[in-house]
Amino acid sequence: MLAKRIIPCLDVKDGRVVKGIHFQNLRDAGDPVETASQYSAGGADELVFLDITATLEKRDTIIDVINRTAQEVFIPLTVGGGIRTIDDISKILKAGADKISINSCAVRDPGLITRSAEKFGSQCTVVAIDARKKQDGTGWEVVIDAGTKPTEHEAVAWAKQVEKLGSGEIMLTSMDADGTQNGYDIELNRAVSEAVNIPVIASGGAGKPEHLYKVLTDGKADAALAASIFHYDSYPIKVVKEFLIDKGVEMRP
Amino acid sequence: MIAIIDYNMGNLWSVFNAFRKIGAAAELTCQPADLAKATGIVLPGVGAFDQAMDNLDELGMSPEIKKRAAAGVPFLGFCLGLQVLFSKSEEGRDRPGLDIIKGTIKRLPPGDKVPHMGWNQVNWARQDPLLTGIADAPHMYFAHSYYVVPDDDQVVLGKTNYVGEFASAVAKDKIYATQFHPEKSGETGLALLRNFVEIAK
Repeated sequence: MLAKRIIPCLDVKDGRVVKGIHFQNLRDAGDPVETASQYSAGGADELVFLDITATLEKRDTIIDVINRTAQEVFIPLTVGGGIRTIDDISKILKAGADKISINSCAVRDPGLITRSAEKFGSQCTVVAIDARKKQDGTGWEVVIDAGTKPTEHEAVAWAKQVEKLGSGEIMLTSMDADGTQNGYDIELNRAVSEAVNIPVIASGGAGKPEHLYKVLTDGKADAALAASIFHYDSYPIKVVKEFLIDKGVEMRP
Repeated sequence: MIAIIDYNMGNLWSVFNAFRKIGAAAELTCQPADLAKATGIVLPGVGAFDQAMDNLDELGMSPEIKKRAAAGVPFLGFCLGLQVLFSKSEEGRDRPGLDIIKGTIKRLPPGDKVPHMGWNQVNWARQDPLLTGIADAPHMYFAHSYYVVPDDDQVVLGKTNYVGEFASAVAKDKIYATQFHPEKSGETGLALLRNFVEIAK
């Protein structure tokens, strides 16, 4: 049986891992290659690097980070953040990433999803969707530009659309749950996962192993992404996996 | 020397990195002549079947791969590199593959999510030097929408369950291929590559 995946996410800024809440109070948390190696040895099923480097001049630092990581870590690596063009994607994949994730640019230029899928394959074209509950309760609105700009897209409909456009996977972040450590948005994850026929990676809200269990079962997500619960060693990946295996979730031990 | 065929079908550096990590002498090459010097040939690849075959043909690799495989040079293909070894694929124009092993590439049937993406178990059908020291039913990393149906069951080395059972590893003499990505399957994947390097010595 296909195992559910546990995916630690590292925020990378100017070539270093940073930790903070909602991109604020960022502090240096080490070398991405070392952190990635530790997570891989600890049982991570995949890794995500989110490049939050603000200035264009420093964007090439992520290429160096990917390059060095790919020499040491032999599990799939997804890189997202600031990807705008096929050329950006090509550089990241050539450096050794296995997948790229596009977010704001997929909304601004949906054709980029198709061009990426045609050139590099659906399996490496991940669309990241940031969504928050609509005030009127009619679903979730898609928000871009790191949570600053609402769009006219509804998350479930947008998810279906990106699947049609060629995306091979969806990374779904609940803006309401993100940073709270109170659990994933189960309703959002289930709605999207049931609407599409491609894997959904749940993100935002993980605070304890129970939360991952909920989203992988009730939330029907195929993978659970988390940052802080792994970063602060509150729950090592091994502990989370053992908890899930005990509960009967299919896992790679 | 292990020759890793560079035919512009993605992800080749990961494969090169994996062989370097295990201390094997491996080189990326797009020159058919280099295959004659190789003690082992590796064909990785992600992407579409037609594009892969077109690229191999354009580089002049197809006849050389067939020649070396027929001569008994150990060969390892993975993912798309498994699929092009077979006779034909339903993907794209339904064009012929290298036809080194008989069989057809088919689309995963509906019933679960496609692509089949993530870690799934491989149940070995028999023993083989490629599997030395590798436990039974290990989890390996998959990312694919098509799978192989070999004409001859005897070539099946491993099977995986996903909307039914499919051949996730094949072997015929010293021609090996896996649908999963050993270069992305952590320590178990590296162990399999080490075994291939031994076979190719």
